Amino acid sequence: MYLPNWMHKLASPPHFFRISGWLAPWLLWPAVALIALGFYAGLVLAPADYQQGDGFRIIYVHVPSAYLSTLIYGLMAAAAAVGLIWRMKLAYAVAAAAAPIGAWFTFLALVTGAIWGKPMWGTFWEWDPRLTSELILLFLYLGFMSLRTSFEEPTKGDRAAGLLAVVGVVNLPIIHYSVIWWSSIHQGPTIKKLDAPSITWEMAWPLLTLILGFTLFFAGLLLQRVQAEVLERERNARWVTEIMRPGIEGG
Amino acid sequence: MGGYAPYVWSTFGITLVVLVINVITAKRRLRSVREQLKLRVARDARRRSKE
Amino acid sequence: MSTLGLAAAVLRRDLALAYRRWGDVASPVMFFAIVSSLFPLALSPQRDVLQLLGPGVLWIAALLSMLLSLNALFRQDLEDGSMEQLAIGPQSLPAVMLAKAAAHWLVAGLPLILLAPLLAVTYHLPGSGVTALCLTLLLGTPTLSLLGSVGAALTAGVRQSGGLLALLVLPLCLPVLIFGARGTALAADGEVISGPLYLLAAFAVLAASLVPFASAAAIRISLD
Repeated sequence: MYLPNWMHKLASPPHFFRISGWLAPWLLWPAVALIALGFYAGLVLAPADYQQGDGFRIIYVHVPSAYLSTLIYGLMAAAAAVGLIWRMKLAYAVAAAAAPIGAWFTFLALVTGAIWGKPMWGTFWEWDPRLTSELILLFLYLGFMSLRTSFEEPTKGDRAAGLLAVVGVVNLPIIHYSVIWWSSIHQGPTIKKLDAPSITWEMAWPLLTLILGFTLFFAGLLLQRVQAEVLERERNARWVTEIMRPGIEGG
Repeated sequence: MGGYAPYVWSTFGITLVVLVINVITAKRRLRSVREQLKLRVARDARRRSKE
Repeated sequence: MSTLGLAAAVLRRDLALAYRRWGDVASPVMFFAIVSSLFPLALSPQRDVLQLLGPGVLWIAALLSMLLSLNALFRQDLEDGSMEQLAIGPQSLPAVMLAKAAAHWLVAGLPLILLAPLLAVTYHLPGSGVTALCLTLLLGTPTLSLLGSVGAALTAGVRQSGGLLALLVLPLCLPVLIFGARGTALAADGEVISGPLYLLAAFAVLAASLVPFASAAAIRISLD
């Protein structure tokens, strides 16, 4: 199958390893700066909401987490698909590295959503579409990670978990809409909306900053984890033993 | 903060903790893999030089 | 041998095996019955409570019962080498997987549908509820067999895979559970549930046409 030259190069583990080595800090440091700025803006600068008061500020950590939890799952499934179709080892490494990060963000989305719920709806947990779908997403991540590590041969685990991820991504929208339908026939008395009702620019820009910051953070983190994955998977390869020799820079 | 302070602060706090945990675990993993491989390469080199 | 011939042969063989070891068939059905009777004991035997819980509880019990029987779907074939033979043969492997899922449904799903009306009565479900339960189970359990076969294929070589199988299969089965259970509850309340029924049927058709390819890929992974 035709692939552009830069893709071929990128797919080669030693090349990717080198690139991610210098690229990661360029993603992580700006991410830290953006997150710090976003936190400050969200906590201090943004005006309090008319309806929810200062409670709405939780949106600044909840929304980026939730958005990333689904983005990462999509990336994980895409990487798994690439691995299954083109048998690209690096793709499997990316999927394996992305999974725990995605699971953490899903956990964050659930926890921040639950804490937001307490002052807003009076309970820590509600079976509304958003939270319920996040919970299922967490199960999908955990299933992926469990399946991948339950085989003696790592390649088998990669492929089995990869297939699961692809099947899960097809099912995810179906699950989401099923939950929406199901919750729509239980119209509760309170309006369970997790969005800030009318959002001004002063409220919006910290959110965008944090979404960007979280995304860059994830990208940098992913590169680091992929580095570790690649080293481990390719430990018998020549290029690895070369750079691990004592005295070699970068080793 | 109108009484919402513990909720808002706890969410931001937990988020910060999780982000930090992720950075630490990723770095630690990379470092440990590197060290293990270095040991292995050194050991193999010693063994080969003995032969 | 043609693909259709092979698929039919696989189906016949699985059914014959099940007929000989009818204990294997009976135990998931017993499971269905026993689990269904746990809820009134643990929660409340009151009529209104049972009517409220019935659709959901019975659907969950059916789902778990099918999950129980999925564990061993490919184990025997994997161990005695026949799955390998089927995989390297010239016939279409997805067709074989469809046949295996069909056999599983006939053995593990259909008996549940036959027992369901009896259990529904113990939950004081009205006639409309009983009919809806049977219809939703009829339309939904084939999808469960199919989705379950993917999970069973992925975990076929894994030891102690029961919990893992549940973790993999149950999220996939959620839409069927939601529409089946809630649909039954709506029908028990007197509503028309053609919508959920059509949707369950659509899921079944979609699953039957696509899932065998996924489970074929999955069993190939397990065979390597």
